Amino acid sequence: MSDLAPLTVAVPILASVVALLAGLVRSRSGWAVALVASVAQLAIALQLAAIAFSEGTIRYVVGGFEVPYGIELVVDGLTATMLALVAVVSLGVLAYARRAGPRGNPFYAVYLLLVAGLSGMSVTGDLFNMYVFLEITGLAAYVLVASGDRGRSALAALKYLLVGTVGASLFLLGIGYAYIDTGTLNMVDIGSKLGDADPVLVHGAFALIVVGLFIKVAVFPLHTWQPDAYAGAPDSVSAFISALVSTVAAYALLRIVYTVFGAGFVDANELGTAILVAGATVSIVVGSLLAVSQSEVKRMLAYSSVSQFGLVVAGIAIGNVTALTGAVVHLVGHAIMKGGLFLTAGLLASETGARRVDEFEGLVQKSPVGAGAFAVLAFAMVGVPPTIGFAGKWYIAVGAAESGSWALLAVIVASTLLTLAYFARLVERMFFREPSVDPAAEPVADGGAETPESVSAGMYVSVVAAAVLAVALGFAVFGYGEHLQPTIEALLS
Amino acid sequence: MIDILVTRDYYFAAFLLLGIGTYVMIASQNLVKKVIGMNLFQTGIFLFFIASAYVEGGTSPVLTGSEPFVSPLPHVLILTAIVVGVALTAVALGMIVRIYAEYGTLTEDTIEEVRGSE
Repeated sequence: MSDLAPLTVAVPILASVVALLAGLVRSRSGWAVALVASVAQLAIALQLAAIAFSEGTIRYVVGGFEVPYGIELVVDGLTATMLALVAVVSLGVLAYARRAGPRGNPFYAVYLLLVAGLSGMSVTGDLFNMYVFLEITGLAAYVLVASGDRGRSALAALKYLLVGTVGASLFLLGIGYAYIDTGTLNMVDIGSKLGDADPVLVHGAFALIVVGLFIKVAVFPLHTWQPDAYAGAPDSVSAFISALVSTVAAYALLRIVYTVFGAGFVDANELGTAILVAGATVSIVVGSLLAVSQSEVKRMLAYSSVSQFGLVVAGIAIGNVTALTGAVVHLVGHAIMKGGLFLTAGLLASETGARRVDEFEGLVQKSPVGAGAFAVLAFAMVGVPPTIGFAGKWYIAVGAAESGSWALLAVIVASTLLTLAYFARLVERMFFREPSVDPAAEPVADGGAETPESVSAGMYVSVVAAAVLAVALGFAVFGYGEHLQPTIEALLS
Repeated sequence: MIDILVTRDYYFAAFLLLGIGTYVMIASQNLVKKVIGMNLFQTGIFLFFIASAYVEGGTSPVLTGSEPFVSPLPHVLILTAIVVGVALTAVALGMIVRIYAEYGTLTEDTIEEVRGSE
């Protein structure tokens, strides 16, 4: 059954071409093609996850060229988690995008290309192959951000493109150092040869790869592309990108730090760990502070991502079994919660025209479903038990305590309060304030936004599903953590 | 010092290009020039890779006999990276066309002014 692994990349790429070609015949067929492909993708991902969790790691050699010369696809528990996450989120956003737009076959073609890039980054076991998929992901993401119909989208996308290219190029340069050092590109093979390699080159490779991926993950101060890109993109696109693109980049960081460089390298190099810890700490604190100071809801959510990915990087830096499980759980949780929050923000904007924090006053009367889902997701993000947001932070915090990183533990606990600081003011406005009746502002708000009729059942379903998942996964997570244990232990050994 | 400069000249050239590219991307006001800077930056990395494959007196990697030949793998990798770079440039220029249609200028400060007065 290992033949399923290449299908996770091939199916969306083929579907993307089909969507583009189908557009020549029928211009509205893109959604159906994307739906079929996403359902197939989900089935493949679940099947792979079932095998990976029950029988162990799946390995597939592309084209019959043996490792280390050929490209290897590897699916372990961690990869399977990412594949399933990509498939679930893309299906959810698809349900939302049918009405909310952007419409048209080219949009769905790029959408499927992004799914292919993300799946490819997850399954590949080859460093250069990962760079190529990173660029495919990047290109598709830039185009999707630019698919908004205002000049602001194009400008944000161009900024994203310039910064993202620098990140990917630094990543490539780091691969160059590792390749010169070892003469191979297979991750496991590099890992086994780095022990005898020149330490200067190894450190250079580590620094370049980590900084390159920090840009893609949007760790402070390399996050500057992110708020513009998320705020400038259409609602469904910002949900999709915020849920997956940085998430898979953080997965790549975890994968490279532990599969290529190894736990021994991280333990032995205080400077390397210090880079990770510093990035994490500053991101958590400054990201939250910047989020509090935003007046536009989507920008606030974007800065919140900077802070939440600080937590994930903290989990990677601590590097024991508990903390790494926490990093993975928080990656999954953040994808569901933040994707859901962007979708809900889009839903609220479609129903009421509210895009700024002040406009959220008394929203519960105009849109009870949207306000309710937003509140649930916001509290999940803060880390109220029993949601998945709590579970992720709990694992990372316990991991920090186990390794004796008390300063980091304090920051992680403080991050909960900081997150509360920016979500509480929205929830308070929505539920406990009277709507501001400003007759002069009403027509402007309605004229700029869509009318209430433009909200479809699919939009409600995806928003409510995200809220339900954020709570339900909190119960499932401890069983899942046990399943993940062997994978993480193998990664650390 | 001179010794290192003379024997590692490829690498210095590569990092000079990286530096110039970064500078152009940050300092230039014109969006097209920023894209040119991005291309220079990438070219620096391509040069770094290809220089790493160079073997003194090496020939092209065709198996004819015993002479040393240049490592082919970095060349193949860079071929892929060049294709990626071309795609990126095309997308970037497409966005610049959109921005020009919207704002009527490609200078960053002027765009900020136009956006501020909206």
